[in-house]
Amino acid sequence: MSSAATVEALNKTPYRYGFVTDIETEKISRGLDESVVRLISSKKQEPDFMRQFRLKAYAQWQTMAEPDWAALKYPSIDYQDIVYYSAPRQKEQKASLEDVDPVLLETFDKLGIPLSEQKRLSNVAVDAVFDSVSIATTYKQKLAEHGVVFCSMGEAVKDHPELVERYLGSVVPIGDNFFAALNSAVFSDGSFVYIPKGVQCPMELSTYFRINSDDAGQFERTLIIAEEGASVSYLEGCTAPMFDTNQLHAAVVELVALDDASIKYSTVQNWYAGDENGKGGIYNFVTKRGLCKGRRSRISWTQVETGSAITWKYPGCVLRGQDSVGEFYSVALTNHYQQADTGTKMVHIGPGSRSTIISKGISSGHSVNSYRGLVNMGPQARGARNFSQCDSMLIGDQATANTHPYIQSRQPEATVEHEASTCHISEDQLFYLQSRGIEPEAAVSMLVSGFCRDVFNQLPMEFAAEADKLLALKLEGSVG
Amino acid sequence: MTSTETTPFREAPIQPGDLLLSIENLHACVEENEILRGVSLQIRAGEIHALMGRNGSGKSTLSKVVAGHPAYTVTAGSIHYRGQDLLGLAPEDRARSGVFLGFQYPVEIPGVSNLEFLRVSCNARRQHRGQEELDTFAFEDHVRETMAIVQMDPAFLERSVNEGFSGGEKKRNEVLQMALLEPLVAILDETDSGLDIDALRIVANGVKKLALPTTATLLITHYQRLLDAITPDFVHVMAAGRILRTGDKDLAMALEQRGYDWIEEADGSDTLQP
Repeated sequence: MSSAATVEALNKTPYRYGFVTDIETEKISRGLDESVVRLISSKKQEPDFMRQFRLKAYAQWQTMAEPDWAALKYPSIDYQDIVYYSAPRQKEQKASLEDVDPVLLETFDKLGIPLSEQKRLSNVAVDAVFDSVSIATTYKQKLAEHGVVFCSMGEAVKDHPELVERYLGSVVPIGDNFFAALNSAVFSDGSFVYIPKGVQCPMELSTYFRINSDDAGQFERTLIIAEEGASVSYLEGCTAPMFDTNQLHAAVVELVALDDASIKYSTVQNWYAGDENGKGGIYNFVTKRGLCKGRRSRISWTQVETGSAITWKYPGCVLRGQDSVGEFYSVALTNHYQQADTGTKMVHIGPGSRSTIISKGISSGHSVNSYRGLVNMGPQARGARNFSQCDSMLIGDQATANTHPYIQSRQPEATVEHEASTCHISEDQLFYLQSRGIEPEAAVSMLVSGFCRDVFNQLPMEFAAEADKLLALKLEGSVG
Repeated sequence: MTSTETTPFREAPIQPGDLLLSIENLHACVEENEILRGVSLQIRAGEIHALMGRNGSGKSTLSKVVAGHPAYTVTAGSIHYRGQDLLGLAPEDRARSGVFLGFQYPVEIPGVSNLEFLRVSCNARRQHRGQEELDTFAFEDHVRETMAIVQMDPAFLERSVNEGFSGGEKKRNEVLQMALLEPLVAILDETDSGLDIDALRIVANGVKKLALPTTATLLITHYQRLLDAITPDFVHVMAAGRILRTGDKDLAMALEQRGYDWIEEADGSDTLQP
C-alpha cells in the first residue's frame, strides 16, 4: 500500500470567506479602450501626471502579448469582458470610520479584520481595500505622529503627488510585462506607505484585500518607500467570494529602500481557489518587486500562497545598493486543480549584495506547483552571494511539482548556491505520529507545517500562527 | 444520548492478571511476502514478556502489525485488546486506547517541535481517558517532571522531533513518550539496541518504573543485558514468522550461551504456550 492510499487527494475543503456582500456599487460598463482609462482617471480626479502615466501604460499594453512561458494552462482571458472600475457607493470623503458604510465594516468583521475603534487589532494598522477601493485605514493619526504616511493610493496621489510621481513605476516600469502594463493603465486603488528618514515604524502595517464583484477585475497598486535608516514591516491578506466564474487580479507592488533602510513584506494569500473540480477561482497575475536602492538596504519578501486558481507571481529584489540584502521566503500550497507558477528574481547589481531564497512548495490533489526563480549576477556584483533552497512536497500521487531555477552570472567573483529536493509525504512519519494517537489529518498538517517552519519563522509573530491554521484548514479532508 | 455517554469516558480499572492482549494464529504479509505465519501470544496485566529471535524472524513485523502499520496486511488470525478487535481500529485509536509501540528506528520529523508533538500526543491519550487536556504551560511542567525518568535534558523539548538526536537520545525519547502516554500494553522494539552501558541502564530503569501490576510490557531484544535489568516473566523465541518456544528467563540465558540453532533444529512442534 502506498502513501497515496493513506493520504488521498484532498477533498472538499470549506472556504470560510466565500460570502458575497450585498452592497450597491458603482461600475462602468465592460471593456477597455482609451476612453475607459481616461474615465477612471477622471473619476479619481487625478492630476495630469497620473493621467499621462495611465495613457502611456495603455499604449504600451496594446503592443504587448500575454506571457505564455509559465507552466500554467487556462482558457484565454477576454479583456473586453471585464469591468475595469467598480467601487462600493459611499460618501465621497471618509473623514472618519463613522462615514464608512456599516455593511462594509461588517464584511471586514466577518473576515476577522475589525476596523472599528474598540475592536481593532492591537499594534497593527490596517488599510481595508474592498473591490480595489480603500474604504478605511486605521491608526492613521498615531502613525502620523511618527511622520509615517499610511493611506490609500488614491489619497496619496492627492496628498503626496511629488512622492507618487517620483517613485510610481520606478521599480516596475509601466512596460515591464503585460499584466504590469495593464495594471498601470487601469489600477484603481491600493496602499501607500512612506517611512521618513530614521523612523522605525511603530506598528505593523497591513492591507486587507477583499474582492466582492464577480465581473470586475482587481487592479491594486501598492507603493512603499523607506527613507534612509527607516524600517517597516507590512503584511497583506486577501480573500474573495466563491463564484463559478474566474476573476482577474493583476496587482503591482513596488518597494523602495534607501541607505540602511529595511522593508519586510509578508503576504498571506487566500483568494478563492475554485472548487474541487477546478471551477471558479481567482486568476492571480501579480508583479511585485523591491528596489534596494541604498547601501546596506534590505528587502525581505515572505509569502504564504494558498489560494487562487492560477498564481503567477515572482516577488523579486533589484539589489542595486552596495552590500544590500534581498530575501524571499515562500510557502505555496496547491490543492484540487490549482496551478501555481511562483518564485522570485534576485538581480544583483551592487558589489557585496546578498540574497537568500527559501521556497517550499506543497502540491496535493491534481494540482501543479512550480517554482521558477532567477538569480542574476551583474558585472559589478563583485563578492555577491546567493543561496537558494527549493523543496517540494507531494501529497498523493496525482499532483505535480516542478523546479525551474535560472542562474545567470557575468561576475566570476560572485557565488551562487542552489539546493533542491522533492519528497513525498513519508508513510513512516505519518505512521509515527498516528501511533502516538494523532489523527491522520492533524498528522499531515503537522508534517506540512514542519516542512514550512523555516518560512513561517519569517512571518510577523501575529501571523505565523494564522498561517499555520490556514494550512491546516486547506489540508482538511486530505486523508482518506 | 444515554446518560452513560454524557459522563466522561474512563478506562475500566484493570486487575493484575487481566488478559490485555490476545493474538491468535496471526498471519501477515508485506507486499507478497508472508512474514507472520501463525503467531499466537497472550499477554496479561502485570506481565513482562521478552520476544527474541534472529533478524528477519518477524519480531518487528509483529510489533508493527499490533500498532497498525499500513504496509502490512493481516491475512488470517486475530488480535484482541481487552476483548476488543484491535485490527478494526485505526493506528491512532489503538494508541489512544493504550497500545504503545517504541520504535526500533524512530523517524526524524524536521520542523515539528518535540514539545508540541509530545503535547498533542499526550492530550490525545488523555482525552480518550476522560482526563483534562493540558495547556502548553501545564504540559511543560508535566513533561519536565517526566523527563527525569529517562534523565533527559529539557533542551530536547526545543528541538525538532528526533532530528539530529543520537541513537541513544532517540530511544530515550521513545521511553519518554511511553511515560507520557501511560500505555496498558507497551511493545518496545529493540529499545536497547545501540545504547552504551549507561544509556542502557537509564532506559531499562525507565521501562522498569513504568511496568506496573496493571500494565504489560513486551520487550523485543537480542540481548541478555536488557533482561538482566528487567526480569521477564516469559521469554518467547521467534523463527520464520512463528513463536517456536516459550520459557522463562532461563530460556534467554540458554539462548545467550547456545544461540538459536538448537531451537530451530528441534522444529516448531514443541511450542509451549504459557
